[in-house]
Amino acid sequence: MSDSDMTNLMLPRRRFVKGLALGGVLATMPSVLRAGQLSPHTRLGSAPVLQGSEINLVVGQSPVNFTGVTRLATTINGSIPAPTIRLREGDDVTIRVTNRLSVPTSIHWHGIILPFQMDGVPGISFRGIAPGETFVYRFTLQQSGTYWYHSHSGFQEMTGMYGALIIEPREKEVIQSDQDYVVQLSDWTDEDPMRVFSKLKIQGDVYNFNQPTVIDFLRDASNGGIKDAMQKRRMWNQMRMNPTDLADLSASTLTYLMNGTTPAGNWTGLFKKGERIRLRFINAASNSFYDVRIPGLAMTVVQADGQNVEPVSVDEFRFGPGETYDVLVEPKDDAYTVFAQSMDRTGYARGTLATERGLSAEIPDLDPVEWLEMKDMMGSMSHGDDGAAMDHAAMGHSMPGMNHGGMAMDHSVHSTHQNPLAMPSQTVRHASTEFGPSVDMRVDMPRTSLDDPGVGLRNNGRRVLTLSDLRSRDGILDSGIPEREIELHLTGNMERYSWSFDGLEFGKSTPVHLKHRQRVRVILQNDTMMTHPMHLHGMWSDLENDKGEPLVRRHTIPVQPAQRIGFVTTPHDLGRWAWHCHLLFHMDAGMFREVVVS
Amino acid sequence: MKIEQIIKTAFAVGALTLISPLLQAQEHSGHGTMNQEKVTEEKMDHKKMGHESELETEMLETSKPHLSGNSGSMDNDTNMGANVSDLRDPHAYSGGYTLTEGPYVQSGPRQLKLADEHVFKSFLANRFEYDSDSEISLYDVQAWVGTTYDRLVVKAEGDINKGTLKESQTDILWSHAISTFWDTQIGVRVDSAEEGESRQWLAVGVQGLAPYWFELDVAGYVDVDGRTALAVEVEYELMLTQRLILQPRAEITGYGKDDEFNGVGQGLSSSAFGVRLRYEFSRQFAPYVGVERTKMFGNTADFARSAGETSSETRYVAGLRFWF
Repeated sequence: MSDSDMTNLMLPRRRFVKGLALGGVLATMPSVLRAGQLSPHTRLGSAPVLQGSEINLVVGQSPVNFTGVTRLATTINGSIPAPTIRLREGDDVTIRVTNRLSVPTSIHWHGIILPFQMDGVPGISFRGIAPGETFVYRFTLQQSGTYWYHSHSGFQEMTGMYGALIIEPREKEVIQSDQDYVVQLSDWTDEDPMRVFSKLKIQGDVYNFNQPTVIDFLRDASNGGIKDAMQKRRMWNQMRMNPTDLADLSASTLTYLMNGTTPAGNWTGLFKKGERIRLRFINAASNSFYDVRIPGLAMTVVQADGQNVEPVSVDEFRFGPGETYDVLVEPKDDAYTVFAQSMDRTGYARGTLATERGLSAEIPDLDPVEWLEMKDMMGSMSHGDDGAAMDHAAMGHSMPGMNHGGMAMDHSVHSTHQNPLAMPSQTVRHASTEFGPSVDMRVDMPRTSLDDPGVGLRNNGRRVLTLSDLRSRDGILDSGIPEREIELHLTGNMERYSWSFDGLEFGKSTPVHLKHRQRVRVILQNDTMMTHPMHLHGMWSDLENDKGEPLVRRHTIPVQPAQRIGFVTTPHDLGRWAWHCHLLFHMDAGMFREVVVS
Repeated sequence: MKIEQIIKTAFAVGALTLISPLLQAQEHSGHGTMNQEKVTEEKMDHKKMGHESELETEMLETSKPHLSGNSGSMDNDTNMGANVSDLRDPHAYSGGYTLTEGPYVQSGPRQLKLADEHVFKSFLANRFEYDSDSEISLYDVQAWVGTTYDRLVVKAEGDINKGTLKESQTDILWSHAISTFWDTQIGVRVDSAEEGESRQWLAVGVQGLAPYWFELDVAGYVDVDGRTALAVEVEYELMLTQRLILQPRAEITGYGKDDEFNGVGQGLSSSAFGVRLRYEFSRQFAPYVGVERTKMFGNTADFARSAGETSSETRYVAGLRFWF
């Protein structure tokens, strides 16, 4: 066992889940690695803010302590999160990034439309930033809203290299607020991320402490009879799948952070009564989906991925790494808890909105762990499931044209019908490479509904945001029926801990070629039991529903298990771009494709 | 003879287990070449289908299996499904470009290499235990190094008594993934024995996860003198709680002919059934206690008796399971 493994064994679990009250970046100390020692200068709370059209960033290492153990983090200008950069739409910006690490680094401007050479993906858009080197990013801002930036090299993002990027609109701001806070969620592990990955490779469920047990079985058997209890487990056991495999990592190694602060540290955003607050939620976690709510306070979602959306009022929203949501709240009481529990219900990030520092509100209990449902495994055709009947109707009866008209191969037969590309095709076409050791599941009847909040949020009595609630406020950037449709499947083998597109990991794949300015529909079908936040660099994706109606412009789209979604894009910028799952380990395992626009 | 029948059956089962995934893999590779034909067929079918009532079409659609595992019966169902005959070429969207060729590519060799091209390694001490009655320590470890689909695997098992290695069996294998849950393994096995003769075998086997989470390791062996052997090992992990785990385990071995030097006889030679209860302080570190019943059969049992040993015994053990 390595040192860090031993450390994890010895640390009280509570420390991991809640962290230290003063956890964070330690001020530079001569005796930097004296474990357990806290500097009185420990920095808490919000990142420094950098403004203007010329920005200087320095990448280095800083000692941090979130759990009682001092570790070295990868930081930008010595802070976690990295400085919040505030820029203005239409400006030409110059950002100088100096690498003080002993290994190459990079910064990717997540969701920003720019020339590919400035996109910051080593090996695809540029060569990376060598140790000691300064790379100058120059681009013109063509958009406004809430974004973020992070390293695209190795696991540097996971060890602290992420920061908020706020772009003020050139014209008047349509979202009016009195207070404006960035709420950046992330996750921290004391372990070496490569070691974490290697453990998953050896035993995929190594961090899952919510597995079905004999005691659960006995409880089910006494509640509903042995037969039902067996039935509930039969399929999972036959398939060798785990119904609680909701996140590869859990609070057994992760501490969940809000603005770089542990739950015990309680990041606090201040307000005066009667004020309207804008919260810019950024999921900068390497591996954690968060379910965010502010008990007692309704949130009005006004932006998704930096783009204004028609306001929608919700109690809760789920978002994955790479996604951002801006919400407005109007608090009446003195203090509210901003509660972000991890999707697997093992821990939470937490902060407070309060009228004065030191106040806090009740912290809710974590929701119970729920098993994945049949529809997460089988898509729309699961039997004996309440939701399935509806899905069935939607797929078969109410849209009779879909099975035929949507088929790309059927031009000759249905030439009198409307353009077949007007609607996303519903015919599942697996890739030949999906049959082999790299894939543990294939869905033949995927669900296409976007109104499912996902496992753990389905019947919790709260109004939960779904993709079908979102409408771009400014309409769709590029209109028109796509000229081409491509279908790719998200695949994996949990037992071997391998993730891929179409059963091919990055090293075995070839790029997806898109024609410059040609509108194209991409269909992503998730043939796995995990939700993947899919991030396509360099262009906007207009998410559409199963009728081909465009809903919302995104840069990162979460695709649920056994779900099939379509989005339409027009690549305006030439070059090579990355396209990957934003769960860092899924990306690193191979769920990564290159896109060539020429 | 009864024992002969048992061993024959065991060999047949082993061989089938070996072959069936291979057959499956072949079936799949066949799809690639059949693709073109089937697509044409499907087109025609659809023309015909156009005249059928919509309901019928739906029935056809819905009667298809909706989900497939990669092995087992479900998979076979899918192979007959219409979807599978309409497979995509995963490189069809590439426009002929590759990661190292085409416009805007970075010059020089490919820089970006992800974990799918990395080498990983693991060491698992599955049983590392002591039996105070016989004063025997036993080790059963498995180590591997390699990629996701191809690995060098070393399996080592042996008994140590008063500081000397009494007997040991070490398999050095190339392990290759052939389906979702199964690896084929080929290599050599080296036996050493304090009393007896060392043997070297050619080893061929499969290792993987059977439905219902049974971990199965089946290996057949042959040596230069024409001796054959078969070993089957099954393990299961029953989670009593998140950290308290009961591990039943069964192992049977058989030999093709008598090997008096090493005290093994033709046919089913020995079996071991045990349960071990471990507590995982961490997933990687778990002490355990257990009980194991071992039994020898046929000539093997006779050899043991004539050497003054018992042919069956119950052992109480304490040990440690760990991996890194």
